[in-house]
Amino acid sequence: MNALSSTTPDLSHLRADFPILSETIRGKPFVFLDSAASAQKPAVVIDAMTHTMRHQYANVHRGLHWMSERTSDAYEGVRDKVAALLNAASREEIVFTGSSTGAINLVAYSYGALLRPDQAVLISEMEHHANIVPWQMLRDRRGIELRVAPVDERGELDLGAMEALLADGRVGLVSITHMSNVLGTVTPAARIAELAHAAGALLLLDGSQAAVHRPVDVKAIGADFYVFTGHKLYGPTGIGVLWARHALLEAMPPFMGGGDMIGSVSFERSTWAEVPHKFEAGTPPIVEVIGLGAAIDYVQAIGMGTIQAHEAGLTEHALARLGAVEGLRVIGEARTRGGVISFTVDGAHAHDIATLLDRNGIAVRAGTHCAEPLMRRFGITSTARASFGIYTTTQEIDVLADTLDRIRSFLV
Amino acid sequence: MSEAALQADASIYQQLVVERARRPLHAGTVEPADGAADGTNPLCGDTVHVTLRRDPGGRAVAVRHRTRGCAICAAAADLMAETVQGATRNEAEAVFGRFQRLLQDGETALDAETRRQLGLLNAFGELHGYRSRRKCAILPWSALLAAFKSGEDA
Ligand SMILES: Cc1ncc(COP(=O)(O)O)c(C=O)c1O
Repeated sequence: MNALSSTTPDLSHLRADFPILSETIRGKPFVFLDSAASAQKPAVVIDAMTHTMRHQYANVHRGLHWMSERTSDAYEGVRDKVAALLNAASREEIVFTGSSTGAINLVAYSYGALLRPDQAVLISEMEHHANIVPWQMLRDRRGIELRVAPVDERGELDLGAMEALLADGRVGLVSITHMSNVLGTVTPAARIAELAHAAGALLLLDGSQAAVHRPVDVKAIGADFYVFTGHKLYGPTGIGVLWARHALLEAMPPFMGGGDMIGSVSFERSTWAEVPHKFEAGTPPIVEVIGLGAAIDYVQAIGMGTIQAHEAGLTEHALARLGAVEGLRVIGEARTRGGVISFTVDGAHAHDIATLLDRNGIAVRAGTHCAEPLMRRFGITSTARASFGIYTTTQEIDVLADTLDRIRSFLV
Repeated sequence: MSEAALQADASIYQQLVVERARRPLHAGTVEPADGAADGTNPLCGDTVHVTLRRDPGGRAVAVRHRTRGCAICAAAADLMAETVQGATRNEAEAVFGRFQRLLQDGETALDAETRRQLGLLNAFGELHGYRSRRKCAILPWSALLAAFKSGEDA
């Protein structure tokens, strides 16, 4: 069955690039619908990392020898790839961190130190814990206020309420997800940037999900900070990215101190290295950065626009198929959305659904998805979540829907 | 694949488990109670509220639960309430000890006497193959033991 419209690109040939997809689970084909938690890795990423460790590895920025110079070149080359992916103004605007969580904590600590105690940070009800807790910690450290913009019944950001929360001009930073990891909602980033700037606030976008599913242009959006995490973009774990406007990085104090981030050190005082090295203390995740570079080359060769169109087709198909399962309720009906679908089934708990799907080789996530406040907003305790990647097929979605039908008649 | 095939594949969902999750026999609250406690699993938000009443000898003459949770948790709460009717706190702790061994090691690792003592709780014999789901079956027991304790401290 091929329910995809003719405009949906067929990417099924890419499956061969992912060694893990040929695994079987209890004798059944592995149906992986949990890419939003972490994506699988193409062979080019695995090979780039092992090639580095086998043939071209030394510490970066420190050695005067051949190996160190080559490794530094490979490492620094990835900064250019990330800058191109996000359409950043320059490579110096790219800071490597450990993850999205690491990048948001960097901003909360460093930019947070520049906020006055009478200022506020505005987040939304649909944030991942990674974009809630660092701001609570900043609040408790510095006395700033934490404001929360509501999400409507559809799962879209309430922009009117957001404007009202910005109206007194005390918000210094708006920190909002670019795409919800629970509802799939893609937020109107450029419009939010306008609202934030009109009220004198800066905008941080959590692109952990969005950067995986669609083209991102930080200049066109008008954002001030953008973060994403390598392992969801078909790259390795242990590597994340912070993009920030150059002037901001210049103004911000360092986050961590150590080697590589200094100009000179004496026991009286130290001076800081140039941006972005000021924010990269210690030996960085060299192999992981190189792996991320390979992942970016891989998705750029496919084209982020093509990836977006593929997932739009899958999502439409999935909403139609899942919508036909009796008792199934999709949480979130945003008009602009990506390939992440959360659902509940009347009379069947998300964990029972996930266990029974797993027995059939189908991997989904179940629980609160690191977004407890959002669960409360929708009056639920947990959901099951199916999420798609470049290797997901309509057949896999059909297997999910058919199995859900059977599970329901078994449990309910 | 037929429903029978699905069922065979889902051995932790034995008929007794599914039945008790759908239609519990011991749901509700004991009133008046002389012991009550909640168990909560922060990972999934599931909760079990246990109330009980004892006779002068410390035997639980009535045990009821109010559960908001998955099928494993709901059935475990109901079969627990049934199993510990008439038990003292020490006896309930002994049953829980056997139950934990069943979840850890599986039916085949237990001697015939232990399995006989487990009775209805043998329905969870396959759960040892599902590490991530064992805590669902244990949650009601932590609420029960806390309920026993709350009554004694009062
Ligand atoms: C929207 C969103 N923000 C932040 C994160 C955190 O990413 P990481 O755990 O890689 O730091 C995730 C992933 O779980 C996410 O989906």
